[in-house]
Amino acid sequence: MQEFAVILVSSILINNYVLVQFLGLCPFMGVSKKLESAIGMSAATTFVLTLTAMVSYIVNELILMPLGLMYLRTIAFILVIAAVVQFTKMFIEKTSPLLYRVLGVFLPLITTNCAVLGVALQNANKDLNFLQSSLYGFGAGAGFSLVLIFFSAMRERLAAADIPQPFEGAAIAMITAGLMSLAFMGFSGLV
Amino acid sequence: MMSLLTDNTMLAALLALVGLGTLFGGLLGYAAEKFKVGSDPIVQQLDELLPQTQCGQCGFPGCRPYAQSIADGDAINKCPPGGQSTINAIANLLDISAPSLDEEHGEEEIRTIAYIREDECIGCTKCIQACPVDAILGAAKLMHTVIADECTGCDLCVEPCPVDCIDMLPIIENIHQWQWSAPEHSADLIATTASGMHEDAA
Repeated sequence: MQEFAVILVSSILINNYVLVQFLGLCPFMGVSKKLESAIGMSAATTFVLTLTAMVSYIVNELILMPLGLMYLRTIAFILVIAAVVQFTKMFIEKTSPLLYRVLGVFLPLITTNCAVLGVALQNANKDLNFLQSSLYGFGAGAGFSLVLIFFSAMRERLAAADIPQPFEGAAIAMITAGLMSLAFMGFSGLV
Repeated sequence: MMSLLTDNTMLAALLALVGLGTLFGGLLGYAAEKFKVGSDPIVQQLDELLPQTQCGQCGFPGCRPYAQSIADGDAINKCPPGGQSTINAIANLLDISAPSLDEEHGEEEIRTIAYIREDECIGCTKCIQACPVDAILGAAKLMHTVIADECTGCDLCVEPCPVDCIDMLPIIENIHQWQWSAPEHSADLIATTASGMHEDAA
């Protein structure tokens, strides 16, 4: 039980995919203008990350390892991710057309979100078991959601704040992200 | 079987990826069938091409019903506010030849918006009820006015006004709406066998 807690804390805070490992920065900047769409994007990405971690574990363990095809990991995982994202897209389009329109192009772009491939490859390298790797995927998604929602809440307030003109827009967002990243670096050595 | 695959790595790699691809393809095909979205996407696309004036000049209550009707096979030249450019765009989408505008439904005019002469307005709210896009602001026995950005220029408020205080004014072009005009003779830019070929070249 303690082991699971360690995996979660490690993937959410210490090795946060966005702010510590700098993976998945595209949606972090792109979908953080509005809190509402950030929450939707977080949910979709967490879903994709968890599912990808599970499926890629199965693919790795049952197909690639027995056949000695470890060098095909990247391409096989990309195949897995593309399929999972496409599935998520169909699912959201059916269940929530509004969220589908809000997320727009960023939904298919989860495919190229390097955090997703990062989770799959790191899981394969760390030799985790099925439960651990799916938990790791979920933790990565939860960490991504956490910082994305924090960041979008800050950006909503920044939009109303009195910012010096040269720093308006993307510039102040970058500075904010950098400060958040500094703060998250403080978690290293927690476990 | 297993030893054949482990010995022959190329075959194994090929089979593994083809197998994975087929498996995921099959699953996605099943999901596409299961999560099929009800509304017809072509209606959506047609609706986006129509000018959204909701004026009803086509004989349908709004742009979306007309889009639905086009998808069911109705004529595409019933939209005067959109004019020839909308007809061409729809013809392009449906891959059919573009007819000219059907005069029966009205003529293409320069775009106008409604303007209420406010000192003559008696505050009857009749134009508010007629407006399909809620672009008229006001309350009973109080002066009404038109939100210029929302007005689609559909003329539907002119008829109900008992004191005829609504004018349709042409939109004055300013720096915010000005656009490059479409290039003329764009059809001849690329030479095809059907048109644009010089006689002597053939």
